[in-house]
Amino acid sequence: MERRLERIDRGIKVRSQDVFALSSWREMLYLLAPRLVPILGFLLLPLVLGNYWQKVLLSVAVFALLALSWDILAQAGMISLGQALFFGLGAYCSGILNHALGCPPLLSLAGATVLGGLMGTAVLLPVIRLRGVYFSMVTLIIPLMFVRIIEATKIFGGTEGLSGIAPLPSKWIELYLIVAVLLAALFGFRRMMNSDYGLVLKAIRDNDRSVTNAGINIFWYKAQALFIAGSIGALAGAFMTHVYMFVGMPVFALDYSILPIAAAVVGGPGSLAGAVLGASILVPLSEILRGIGGLRIVFYGCFLVVFIVALPEGIFHYIQRKYQQFERWVEVE
Amino acid sequence: MGAGTLLRVKSLFKNFGGIQAITDLSFDLAQGELLGLIGPNGSGKTTAVNLITGFVKPSRGEIVYRDCSIAGLAPHKIVRLGIARTFQMVKPFYHLPAYKNMIIPLYSPRVKKLAGGNYGDLDAVALDYLEEVGFERDSHVAFKSASVLPQGYLKRLELAKAIALKPDLIILDELFSGLSLAEVASIIPIIEKLRKEGKTIIMIEHRLKELFRIADRVVVLNYGQKIADGPAAQAMQTAEVQKAYLGAEY
Amino acid sequence: MFVGTFVYAVFNSAILAVMALGFNLTFGISGVANFAYGAMYILSAYLSWMFLHFLNLPYWLSICVSICFTMALGALMYRYVLLRVRGQPLSEVIATFGIGLAILELFQYMGLVGYEYSLPVLIDRSIVFGNIVVDMQRILITAAAVLLMAGLWAFTHHTKIGLAFRGIAQDERTALTFGIDSDRIGMFSVSLGCGLAALAAALIIPLGSISPSDGYDVLIKALAVCIIGGLGSTGGVIVASVLIGFAERLTDTYISSSWTMIVSLAAMLVVLLVKPSGLFGRQKELEERI
Repeated sequence: MERRLERIDRGIKVRSQDVFALSSWREMLYLLAPRLVPILGFLLLPLVLGNYWQKVLLSVAVFALLALSWDILAQAGMISLGQALFFGLGAYCSGILNHALGCPPLLSLAGATVLGGLMGTAVLLPVIRLRGVYFSMVTLIIPLMFVRIIEATKIFGGTEGLSGIAPLPSKWIELYLIVAVLLAALFGFRRMMNSDYGLVLKAIRDNDRSVTNAGINIFWYKAQALFIAGSIGALAGAFMTHVYMFVGMPVFALDYSILPIAAAVVGGPGSLAGAVLGASILVPLSEILRGIGGLRIVFYGCFLVVFIVALPEGIFHYIQRKYQQFERWVEVE
Repeated sequence: MGAGTLLRVKSLFKNFGGIQAITDLSFDLAQGELLGLIGPNGSGKTTAVNLITGFVKPSRGEIVYRDCSIAGLAPHKIVRLGIARTFQMVKPFYHLPAYKNMIIPLYSPRVKKLAGGNYGDLDAVALDYLEEVGFERDSHVAFKSASVLPQGYLKRLELAKAIALKPDLIILDELFSGLSLAEVASIIPIIEKLRKEGKTIIMIEHRLKELFRIADRVVVLNYGQKIADGPAAQAMQTAEVQKAYLGAEY
Repeated sequence: MFVGTFVYAVFNSAILAVMALGFNLTFGISGVANFAYGAMYILSAYLSWMFLHFLNLPYWLSICVSICFTMALGALMYRYVLLRVRGQPLSEVIATFGIGLAILELFQYMGLVGYEYSLPVLIDRSIVFGNIVVDMQRILITAAAVLLMAGLWAFTHHTKIGLAFRGIAQDERTALTFGIDSDRIGMFSVSLGCGLAALAAALIIPLGSISPSDGYDVLIKALAVCIIGGLGSTGGVIVASVLIGFAERLTDTYISSSWTMIVSLAAMLVVLLVKPSGLFGRQKELEERI
């Protein structure tokens, strides 16, 4: 007797569609729970965690932002192997604004976000016309080039970097600022990607000839996606500058390029929530494994490969599927 | 340009590396005409259309649309001037339902400009367009994912995407291919309606019997060169055209 | 001094050419992105070292075994990783990059860095031309470069398998209709590319010592040569290696050594902007890619 796997929506999911969600507390809870868990988690954890783990949470938020930024680019069809570019640009912008021009931290954060985004877009603008693989290669190379240029020309503090950058007013502001930005970015951009604008971006990845045929200038939209993602990455970098009160060549390190990709791939590419989920898993994991030092990147590499080959949909989609549908074996007539 | 001439192609050449795809192609297109672009396989019909719509840049020659030279212009700019085309190999966005596929053309700047900036609910407009091309509203076909639609519907979707851009010139690349006689018979009234609205149409086709029922004029290409230009019956009588299609013995 | 710079520039070009050949074969000619290339290069060097020092195998045997091992590893990587993500070039890049990363960082972590980790030169002699000292290893590399390129050109233009390699890059579907099993050919291509990386390592590593961070440099240089020369064109590899080789050498002598890498990277960016298919590239649809 032949059998096949049948997948059906759960009753509770169907009952919570559209306006029927308001019919009882159960349905509303079903819809709200997946959203409330991360929000409450991020908002309440800082209050219960000790100092060390608060720093880890900070790291999670920063890497989650970088992963978010990677995912937005990936959904528009641009795979970036060099998120460190945006991170580093934002970090240096903020450092220079504060160090050389004396801007207060919050102002330099805002300035670095916009400037970093603009510069990152400007640098990558010439390459968006090319096939995807070339874009990826260039993103891999440019951070490495920046490192060498800084090393060779010794500008912006050269190998020693700029220290004595002003910190944010208090530890709590630090933590809650980045958490608030993360949550706003997560839900805000999720909304954006589900709107018609996001549809156009995703269509560019699917079949850009069709989109061009509709009279839409795909390079302008790609540039917009680049700016948005770049600004998010720059914000993350600028933020870290103020946390460490220092900026130097390490901001262009491979770490900042690889972990976001691993987080997004593990967590679930194509869904911004997956990027955050992946970061929430990988960063604490790497902290726990901190004793092994350089082996961390080996793990990221392995994770990356295993997930891309075996579970390309990522953890988030897997959980979402289980949450919304159930499977059973049915007999085939 | 003469009065009523919408498009003029003059001495167009295109070569890809060593292959001469188009040689010295020239023809005029009058407003409101339905021109058939025909010829054996590989004669350069799709290349000619790619040149006109900007997906490929010409090696030499002019293309003038409404007194504007469009040769070498970027494709999205050409679309905004009022030329829309369909593709021979239909490739919708498979994971989206049919009506969501329409959102992309409706998002186009040209459509926004013509609608005065406020289009209302794009979904409803999409469903209207789909109904016009034959997606019966009652059967909810428009809500089905594009991956499950048969070829007939996919071709109509492609047509709807072109119509939604409110073009003045529509170029249909092998619209009839893969359709049954009944499906062709049901699409022809849609094309007739477009003509009544005053649109100019170019159709690349292999199904000559169906094409000749509606075409005013045909241009015949062979190996990238134009070998005939005139009303269908007259063009098909030319010895050269018969040789191209049927071979030298005939 | 200029003659000396010139001679060493020629050697530099040969080194670059030998480095880039394997990558050109897989990426340029067969269209398979193998970003684990640098890792394979370093891996084979460490393997030779281990065979030499732990198993006390004769040097030539160590090299041969190491090349075979690297080729096998390449084939395995294709069979179990690349095959699953074939056709999505970006996933190919990420997956191979992840593997390369894991390998290189593993070596970095194991701390196998230092001057004792080096391979001996094949012929330990030098020749003196006028007032320039030239070592045999570099001459060997140049000779190998010429031989390999000629061999590769003949292979891809005149043998059935070589033509199959090119076929699957140009149009996989058509290649399939010709009975070319694109999966197996892809596997051979990756395997052969890794083997060439191992050969390059055997020739070039003796000039210095083995260092995992060189793996990234090798990948970048191979990329630069292939992109500037044009993917898939053996002639392009020659011209590009000469251009970059000379540019690097001149920068090193007349400006400063920290700028050399920047020169190759900048050159690659310029080419991507002006003529993306490279100097000799033949993939026209890239040009028409508005």
